[in-house]
Amino acid sequence: MKVLVIAEHDNTKIAGATLNAVGAAQQFGAEVQVQVLVAGCDSAAAANEAAALAGVAQVVSVNAPHYRDQPVENLALLVAGLVRSDGFTAVLAGGTSFGKNLAPRIAALLDVAPVSDVVSIAGVGRYVRPIYAGNVMVSVESDEPVQVLTVRTTAFAAASGGGAAGVRDVAAGEDLAVSRLVGREIAKSERPELAGARIVVSGGRGLGSGDKYREVLEPLADRLGAALGASRAAVDAGFVPNDYQVGQTGKIVAPDLYVAVGISGAIQHLAGMKDSKVIVAVNKDPDAPIFQVADFGLVGDLFETIPQLVEGLGANQ
Amino acid sequence: MKILVPVKRVVDYNVKVRVKSDRSGVELSGVKMAINPFDEISVEEAVRLKEAGIATEVIAVSCGSTASQETLRTALAMGADRAILVETDAELQPLAVGKLLKAVAERENPQLVICGKQAIDDDANQTGQILAALMGWGQATFASKVVVEGETLRVTREIDGGLETLELKLPAVVTSDLRLNEPRYATLPNIMKAKKKPLDVIPAAELGVDVAPRLRHTLHAEPPSRKAGIKVADVADLIAKLKNDAKVI
Repeated sequence: MKVLVIAEHDNTKIAGATLNAVGAAQQFGAEVQVQVLVAGCDSAAAANEAAALAGVAQVVSVNAPHYRDQPVENLALLVAGLVRSDGFTAVLAGGTSFGKNLAPRIAALLDVAPVSDVVSIAGVGRYVRPIYAGNVMVSVESDEPVQVLTVRTTAFAAASGGGAAGVRDVAAGEDLAVSRLVGREIAKSERPELAGARIVVSGGRGLGSGDKYREVLEPLADRLGAALGASRAAVDAGFVPNDYQVGQTGKIVAPDLYVAVGISGAIQHLAGMKDSKVIVAVNKDPDAPIFQVADFGLVGDLFETIPQLVEGLGANQ
Repeated sequence: MKILVPVKRVVDYNVKVRVKSDRSGVELSGVKMAINPFDEISVEEAVRLKEAGIATEVIAVSCGSTASQETLRTALAMGADRAILVETDAELQPLAVGKLLKAVAERENPQLVICGKQAIDDDANQTGQILAALMGWGQATFASKVVVEGETLRVTREIDGGLETLELKLPAVVTSDLRLNEPRYATLPNIMKAKKKPLDVIPAAELGVDVAPRLRHTLHAEPPSRKAGIKVADVADLIAKLKNDAKVI
């Protein structure tokens, strides 16, 4: 079967989520032939990066000014056309804001039912996905002629390098010109990206303010080489921007180590981090729900314990 | 400008859902239901656009059983002008809802559709995108700010790592994210007034749309639960455990 993975990129680099989507595509079995679509403008660097991924048979490269910012309307139309002309029977994208925006639009153009946020692929048309904020896992079966999926990136191993696929240039599709990018404000940070970090330090309302959040948690994140995250309560209180949010409506993370500081552990938050390998919780309330999922719980005042932790880690390393 | 706001009746977000003993679905009998929170945000946004003199009429629409009238009354109490129930007792999946909404949009000719970005029951995050595709309209999902400037729409979207601002031609579909606004509480007088606002019921069959489910949801299960670990005595103990037992630092 031919599978098309839609690359998420900035014309230069492929996003990490695309590596996981390529990894997920291999789950369809040994007969799978994975092609990766890189639609952009002056995007040869991104196409070459995709071609170097293990498990990729071919890269489909489409270059035109009307794909530079990858407007979803143009992209969906292009993909639907490629599916029809090239006989793809599955289309995959990472379950990021990019993939979630795009995949249902492609599916609707093909008149097939899309499946969102797949965490397990048992074969063609046999999936598991979370519903009710991750409180229920449902097995889904689909006989659709084209399977359109977004995959939860933390559930599939990323494709490694070492591949050497060819790059096939394909003519651009129509420019619908219904939407235009005005601008993007992407938060720049020296820290690892939240969604893919090995260690995440997250803060909640217990920090009290944005200043305290930074004062207490930044030294710890620096010491651990960790990404910074937050609960919805901390985001809503304005401590940090919304892209810090870990939870069902924010980012889903599954790092090796997740340190929850001053986070009570609302269901919405747990849904976003409970697949972490090791969870540490620091909270002054011994009955906080976060302790029910934490491997190591420390009951205490975070304003005392976190600086001690930073100091202790320094002494040990 | 007419605005169409699709709303869905879902299990209240405070309810902890349980899987039925035969695992065929989630236990819904006797469970508190409410308007999907993202749809509530959409209604609020539409009503604010009307209050700002930009929208002329706000129409709430729901696809589902007769019980969804209650959800529509909530939207009316918040300030929607009238409501439409596309009535069916059949299971509706997002593709089918998209097609029903398209049929309604073709009758009503709205310039803008504001949907919730996802329903908190199936968490599909699909209906707005599907509707936009079927209509051939532009879409701006995960909106945290919506500004109408004549024939164009300027939407700030919450994307991974930050924000993105798009300009779209109208008509278009917007899907609401959490931070778009804080929905108002319906006041008692408005709840009373809402009972007198028009609510049309259209049998789904009348719209000539194939709504048969395409996906089978075969088995429901609780996710493997995580066991609570241990409480550590102090910071030194925590560091020792992370280094020697968990080996993560």
